[in-house]
Amino acid sequence: MTITCDIAVIGGGNAALCAAITAAEKGAKVVILETAPKAYRGGNSRHTRNFRCMHAGPLDPLVDDYSEEEYFEDLLKVTAGKTDEKLARLAIRTSEECLPWMQEHGVRFQPSLSGTLSLARTNAFFMGGGKSLVNAYYRTAEKLGVTAFYEANVIHLELDGDAVRHIDYTHEGEAKRLAPKAVIVASGGFQADIDWLTRAWGPAAQNFLIRGTPYNRGVVLADLLEQDVQSVGDPTQCHAVAIDGRAPKYDGGIVTRLDCVPFSIVVNKDAERFYDEGEDVWPKRYAIWGRLVANQPDQVGYVIIDAKSLNLFMPSVFPPIKADTLEELADKMGLPAEKLRNTVESFNAACGDTSDFHPTELDGVATSGLTPPKTNWARPITEPPFYGYSLRTGVTFTYLGLKVDESAQCSTANGPIRNLWAAGETMAGSILGQGYLAGFGMAIGTVFGRIAGREAANYAN
Amino acid sequence: MQIDLLQEARRQAEICNACRYCEGYCSVFPALHEERMFTDGNLTQLANLCHNCRGCYYACQYTAPHEFDLNLPKALAEVRQDSWETFAWPGPLAHWFQKSGVLIAVATIVGFALLFLAFRALGSSGGEGFYAVLSHSAMVTIFLPAFLFPLFSIGISLRRYWRATDGKSVKMSDIFDAFVSAARMKNLAGGHGDGCNFEDEDRFSQARRLAHQAVMYGFLLCFASTSVGTLMHYLLDMPAPYPLWSLPKLLGIPGGILMVLGTVKLAYLKLNADKDLGAPSAWGGEMAFILLLFLVALSGLLLYGLGNTAAMPTMLAIHLGSVLSFFPLTPYTKMAHGFYRLAALVRDAQRKSKA
Repeated sequence: MTITCDIAVIGGGNAALCAAITAAEKGAKVVILETAPKAYRGGNSRHTRNFRCMHAGPLDPLVDDYSEEEYFEDLLKVTAGKTDEKLARLAIRTSEECLPWMQEHGVRFQPSLSGTLSLARTNAFFMGGGKSLVNAYYRTAEKLGVTAFYEANVIHLELDGDAVRHIDYTHEGEAKRLAPKAVIVASGGFQADIDWLTRAWGPAAQNFLIRGTPYNRGVVLADLLEQDVQSVGDPTQCHAVAIDGRAPKYDGGIVTRLDCVPFSIVVNKDAERFYDEGEDVWPKRYAIWGRLVANQPDQVGYVIIDAKSLNLFMPSVFPPIKADTLEELADKMGLPAEKLRNTVESFNAACGDTSDFHPTELDGVATSGLTPPKTNWARPITEPPFYGYSLRTGVTFTYLGLKVDESAQCSTANGPIRNLWAAGETMAGSILGQGYLAGFGMAIGTVFGRIAGREAANYAN
Repeated sequence: MQIDLLQEARRQAEICNACRYCEGYCSVFPALHEERMFTDGNLTQLANLCHNCRGCYYACQYTAPHEFDLNLPKALAEVRQDSWETFAWPGPLAHWFQKSGVLIAVATIVGFALLFLAFRALGSSGGEGFYAVLSHSAMVTIFLPAFLFPLFSIGISLRRYWRATDGKSVKMSDIFDAFVSAARMKNLAGGHGDGCNFEDEDRFSQARRLAHQAVMYGFLLCFASTSVGTLMHYLLDMPAPYPLWSLPKLLGIPGGILMVLGTVKLAYLKLNADKDLGAPSAWGGEMAFILLLFLVALSGLLLYGLGNTAAMPTMLAIHLGSVLSFFPLTPYTKMAHGFYRLAALVRDAQRKSKA
């Protein structure tokens, strides 16, 4: 079967769908090539929950306002300045008009979730989460005549001079070829290809968990980079957080996060502490712990808390390991028991007055004379039963990607590629040099997905 | 209650509690997110709050083939079903009828037979209209216990439910809150008002909500019609039959039509919806209950239409026979859900006012 179409969109997540819908509304005949089966369609978007949105004045469901400057400053803080200001400001400015567009195309929002009230001003939460957004967009796209093929694995884009000539892919076990007028790549990062991660990170990457879809293997990205399409970003940079070590290798998503670090001590497999667990409130620190754990032996950490801290944080999917003594806990977690007792005792001895303890703000309840120190929420671990969680590095997405301009167009050293655009995580490295801002991935995907769809449709028409 | 069903619901609720993406869909999630450990009572309450709109299932990133294998609508439907069987009095009756469409059909036929038998044995003793077939006093003798017994039984069940879910003493505001929610069928509106996911996978639609409203308001209109008729009979000495422009008819005919249309739509939706997102073992009992309601409504309308023909005595037997099986079965069939739902909504109103 030969498919005819104006535009092929590679990928099936938020950016791909925004591109497909926008192009189809401009009259283009659009085909989506999604590598996942239908049940797992949507890439990492199916695990997302909100959209960071600039707004002047209340914009349902967001309260107050969130200016371009404040948004951009928030971005500078997390990226330490490693961003492309032009593209970043474009994403931020355009995010405001995206929110009503999303609603018009079937997305529904809900008030900020319990436990995330701090985001009620900046982040609009999808009712039901990212999978419901993806479902709504597929419904909308289908009504506009977009055809989605699942388990369509794109292997190669034939780049000839300044244009893509055709796409080779397999579908239902058969090799296929498609020659659309324009191509939009929105197929994410390469984090699910552990071998590629290992080449970038070294053997430590073998122990990383992948929080999202197992289908973002970077096949198209690698193919384009081999053909000297311009790239951006550092292959070792990614969004990585510390998650429950018992999480599945792929697709564990939100429920595997652990919010207990500030109330704990965290040790490595030798039962030694390695970083200030109380440096800042958890939403501002959870992303650095992915890297901290990655630098420990076997890329594993162990969180130790006692009974008085158990209900101070959001519940997670796996119950903690529980024991009546520290020795028993060490035994159950495979830690050296005597060493753990020594570490806990010297930590306890360094704790001072805990009467100012306040779980939701920086309380200054700190250790003294301890290296590394714990600068907030430092309470001795004394009250049985004791609880433990293991921590591993969970990668959300990688930042090495395709370099694009303000029209989301890709290029080679010789100039723009006439009929190739990119959107979403596959080009987010242009804006996120390092670090991460909650809900910004969906903002980049929506903004650049719509730009790519518009530009590709203009070209194809 | 069955430990395995509760255990599975608990496993799933713990995953939901770590995610919280579905918080806005319905009353279940805010209630769920307040707990950290789920007691059997918590799970029973959550199960009875759940209206099986299925929004959370289609939005969930952890449904099969994912290894977490979430199917919360099903897990809660199973616990809900089990709770109705556990709280019913006498218990074994619910165990038989909740799941068995065949037994409901048998009970209905027994209802017909009893009525025919009553026509023969008791007769009219000189009445007119319907009472020419069966006297008014005979009707009252048959139907008064058939109406009062289920109320008594349901009362016992609700007491058991209230104990199990740690209910507090009820305030008017709790009841008001519950009735407002039920009147609008808020929990089938999907949080955003677009409806539920019962009709066509992840597409939101109002079909089930509207069909349910038609049946519920239709039933209430018919019930009002009968009540008004009873008052007119005893207080005003105005026995049936009533003309078209009378209160019993003005309430009863639209009520009957709404029930007929609503039950047809509910049955149609139920045939097409994914059985595995409910309690599959109860499907037959639920379907038979919808058809019984349909029969009650349709036979009532036909009785009005054919009241002056030779078919009247047969229609009267069919209508009264289906009513006679419907009322006593109330505590032991899907009909009980209305009472439990209201209790759960009242209990949830107490939770909200405490929070």
